Order: sequence, then structure tokens, then C-alpha cells
Amino acid sequence: MVDLNTYLVIGALLFSLGIFGVITRRNGVAVLMGVELILNAANVNFVAFARFGGMDLSGHIFSLFVIILAAAEAAVALAIILNIYNNMGTINIDEADQLKQ
Amino acid sequence: MDIVTLIIICVKALVVFAAIMLTVMAMTLAERRISAFMQNRLGPNRVGPKGLLQPLADGIKFLMKEDVIPSGVDKPIFLLAPVMLIVPALMTFAIIPFGSELHLFGRAIQLQVADINIGVLYILALTSVGVYGIVLAGWSSNSKYPLLGGLRSSAQLISYELAMGLAIVSIILLAGSLRLNDIIIQQQGHFLSWNVFKQPLAFLIFVVAVYAETNRLPFDLTEAEQELVGGYHTEYSSIKFAMFYMAEYANMITASALTVTLFLGGWDIPLMNEAALGNLGVLLSVVSFVIKTALFLFIFIWVRWTFPRFRYDQLMRLGWKVMLPLALVNIFLTAGYLTLTV
Amino acid sequence: MTGSFFFYFFAAVTLTSALLVVLNRNAVYSAVLLVFCFFSLAVIFLLLEAYFLAILEILIYAGAIMVLFLFVIMLLSLGREKAQEHFRYLQRGLSLFLVIVFFLSVLIIFLSDSGILHQPHGTFTAGGVNALGEALFTKYLLPFEVASLLLLVALIGTVYLAKRKV
Repeated sequence: MVDLNTYLVIGALLFSLGIFGVITRRNGVAVLMGVELILNAANVNFVAFARFGGMDLSGHIFSLFVIILAAAEAAVALAIILNIYNNMGTINIDEADQLKQ
Repeated sequence: MDIVTLIIICVKALVVFAAIMLTVMAMTLAERRISAFMQNRLGPNRVGPKGLLQPLADGIKFLMKEDVIPSGVDKPIFLLAPVMLIVPALMTFAIIPFGSELHLFGRAIQLQVADINIGVLYILALTSVGVYGIVLAGWSSNSKYPLLGGLRSSAQLISYELAMGLAIVSIILLAGSLRLNDIIIQQQGHFLSWNVFKQPLAFLIFVVAVYAETNRLPFDLTEAEQELVGGYHTEYSSIKFAMFYMAEYANMITASALTVTLFLGGWDIPLMNEAALGNLGVLLSVVSFVIKTALFLFIFIWVRWTFPRFRYDQLMRLGWKVMLPLALVNIFLTAGYLTLTV
Repeated sequence: MTGSFFFYFFAAVTLTSALLVVLNRNAVYSAVLLVFCFFSLAVIFLLLEAYFLAILEILIYAGAIMVLFLFVIMLLSLGREKAQEHFRYLQRGLSLFLVIVFFLSVLIIFLSDSGILHQPHGTFTAGGVNALGEALFTKYLLPFEVASLLLLVALIGTVYLAKRKV
């Protein structure tokens, strides 16, 4: 039987990978993918706590809300990226550093 | 889980897979023969008696053709795309019950590969994944017509998935369960207990959405021969091209079986108690399921050769401004009815 | 036994694909690998008896969010990211160092706790749809409504951001 710590370590690894992606990637869409990884790391922990830690339903409900949040976040963020591309002609987040074009 | 159960599951999976593949072959012939009949032509009738061996000849030809991989394509994704299209199409069928319970050697065998209690959600999840094959095929071909086809399909599938999901919600409300077997049991009995009569609006929305999800006319904007050459599979050849066709027909078969399960009582024969007849009843239930599915497959072909294609803006308007509100109203009415009566 | 084999296999798939998502320069490859990552995560959820969440993970993440990502990537025809060589190595090295420090510190916290939580909880009822639905409409009604409001706001915001300026 796999114990709680294994799940937590996997969650932490996913989280670290997500942060690494957010820091190092230049492409705006790829940065968002890093954010999705971070959110999923949280989900793994919540579901693991639901199974092991007696969080029971609350863990599931919370990760349900995380998924809802991710959907809303992705839609808005992608719309912003489309706008950045329209205004500046690039989605490299290092180059998009001006408030006005 | 003992070894016999495992063997039974494997046999069921194999039988279902073989049945789908055979039906795909039959469908390629049926499509051409029926379209010929509708257009007052003969259609393929040379290979074998009445042209019955035509699919076999087609298959051999597909295998023998040179497999061209254009130099500009993104190779890994180009190779992955047909697989990602056909796998969800076949996986969906795993949870569709195709007959009542079979009793053999003192064992009760459910005629269904896997009976999971959130079956409806499983179907929705796999349908939503099916879009990847088309989008990735369009992108990796590195050619403008496939890309346009891929973009169109991703927008189309997302739009119609919503209407489809909401149409199913009203069925779930009636059955009070997400298991497909429970939905069939709820429809047993009289003709009028079928969901097609209880939920005509949901049935209409579902069928339209299914046509959009399978990229069939009048919603085949993703391949639209006249505008996009061949759409997302323009650059594919040989067996990979055949895989796209297999996926299309497999999708149609799954969609028909699903429509039958959700709206036409599945394997149920109205006004008849299959359980009383023993294994003969089981056989009859399978036959009834096959007949109903075949009817829907015929309608698929019939519609294809009868209706003109929608324009893209019309498609989007229909999806978002007609189908979605109608589905919401239907859910509201169903829920209201259930609250008042139950 | 088979359960833990499945777990380690899919955990490996998840982490490998997540690593490749982060390292791959081609945005489309990243997106496809992220879809694989979500699928194997869904299997891990299944092993944790979170059936509804596993399906939702595929339905919403793989089926909706990632399709949106791919759609945007294809619309902007983003190919490979150009490597910016100056100060890139320094940045990569520094971020790698920080991430490793973060991971190790989290690991220390995990490994130092008591063993109470390590056994599966006895009265585990969640996972099915019925229990979740009931909780959602009774105990968690307010968060549920707030979430729906959030979705509405996101919807309006997206439409406003994406529409052409009049």
C-alpha cells in the first residue's frame, strides 16, 4: 500500500516543476502551463488528504473548486495573452514589458 | 478477481472490438451503396457478390499504398494524431451495455465490457478528448487547409459538447443515476417510457450535437472538400488515412449506440419480459440493440446525402444561441416537473 | 500489490511528462505532454478512490482547458521559443537551485511528521457522485454559488478582452 508521504512527495515534485516552468519559460502560454502544473500539485495533495488524513469530502470539494478556478483562470489568461499578441506582436513575456505600445 | 472473470472481460472486449471493426467495414460499403441508391447510381458492385467484398479490397489497397510523410510535417505529432483520434472512439464503447444479463454455466455475465457507476461522465470525458486527434493532425501537417480544418473542429466540438452534455443532464435527472444500466432500466416497460418520448427536446438536441461531434454532414466543416480540399487529413496517406476513416465510422457507431442507450431504451424490447425467456431473451435483446443502432447508422448516411452543409457562422449561431438555451430550458422544465410530481 | 505497481508506473509517467512540459521549447509539444500528465494524474486519482475527480480532471483539464491552450497556440502559430543565450544559464541555474531548496524543505516537513495520517482513513465515504453532490448543495452551498459567480465573471471578462475594439 502506498502511503501518504509518497503522494505528498509527488505533489511537491509537480509543484517544483511547475514553479521551474513559470520562472524559466519565455512563452506566455508555456508559463500558464506551469501554473496548471502547480494547481494540479495542490489537487494531488487534497485528494491524498481526503483519502488518508480524514479530510474526506472536504478534500474532494476543495480540489473540485481548484479545477473550477483553473478553468476560469485559463480562459481569462489566454484572452489576455491574445490581447498582448495583438498589441505588441509577441507573447514573449520578457519583451512585453510596456504598459502602452 | 479470479482468473475466469478476467478471461470473460477479455473475451467481451475482443468481441466488442471485432464487432466495431466489422461494422466499420460494413459501413464503408453501406455508405457508398446507399448514396448510390439515393443518386440513382449503382455504386461499387464488382468485388464479390453484390460488391460485398469491396471493404476488403479497399483495406488491402490502403495497406499496399506508399505511406508518404511530407517533409515539412512535425513527425512525432503527425504519427500520434490518428491514434489519438481512434482510441477514444473505441474506448467509449466499453461501457455501453449491448444486451441483458447472460447466464452461462451458473455465471451471470453482464453484456457490457465495463459497468462503471459514472458511465455518463466517462462518455463526456472521452468525447471531449476526441478533439485532439483532429487538432493535432491539422497542426502537424504544416499546411494551411488542414490547419483551418483543425481550428474549425476545435471550436465546433467545444461548442456542441456543451449542448450535448446539457441534453444528457435531463436524462440523468429522470434516471437519478449516472450508470447506463440504470438509465436503461428506467426506460423499461411500455414504448412511451422510452426517453425519446419523455424528452423529445433533449433527443433533438442530442442528435444534432452528435452529428456535430462526429463531424458528419451537415456539420462536416472540418473536412469540407469544396473549401478545404480534405480538411485535417489532407496530408495523410495510406493506412494512416484509413485510420481517420475508421475513426470517423467508429465514432458514428459509438454515437448511434449511445443514442439508442440513452433515448431508445438500449437493448430493451418494449412490452416484453426478456428475463422470463432465459438466454433466448438475451439473444433477442442483443438483436434489438443491433437493429436500433443500425437504424441510427442508416439515418447518419441518409442525412449526409440529403442535407447541404452549414456555413461556419450559422453553425456557431445554432450551437450557442439555439442549442445551448434550449438545453437549459429543457433542464429547467424537467427539474421543475420532477420537483412538483415526486 | 498491483495497486502500488500501477501507482508507481503512473506517478513516473506524470512526473516525466511534467518535466518534459517544462523543458520542451515547442509549445505544442508541451501542451500534448501536459495532456498525458493529466491523464496519468487522473489514474492516480482513481487509485485514491476519487472517481468523480478523476473524470473531471480529464473532462475539464484535458478536454476543455488544454484544447483552449492548443487553440491559442495554433491561432498565434507559435513555433519554437527562441533561445536567449545571454543570462539564460544564470537564470536557469538560479531557479533550479531555488526550486530544489524549496522541494527539500517541503520534504523535510513531510518526513518529520507523526505517523497517524499514514493509514487510509476508516470511514471513507467520498469519491462517488452522490455524496459529493449532497455536500455541494448543503454544507458547501455558499462556496458553490461563489464559484458560479466567479465563472460568470470570468466569462464576461474573457468576452470583453477577446472581442474586437469597437
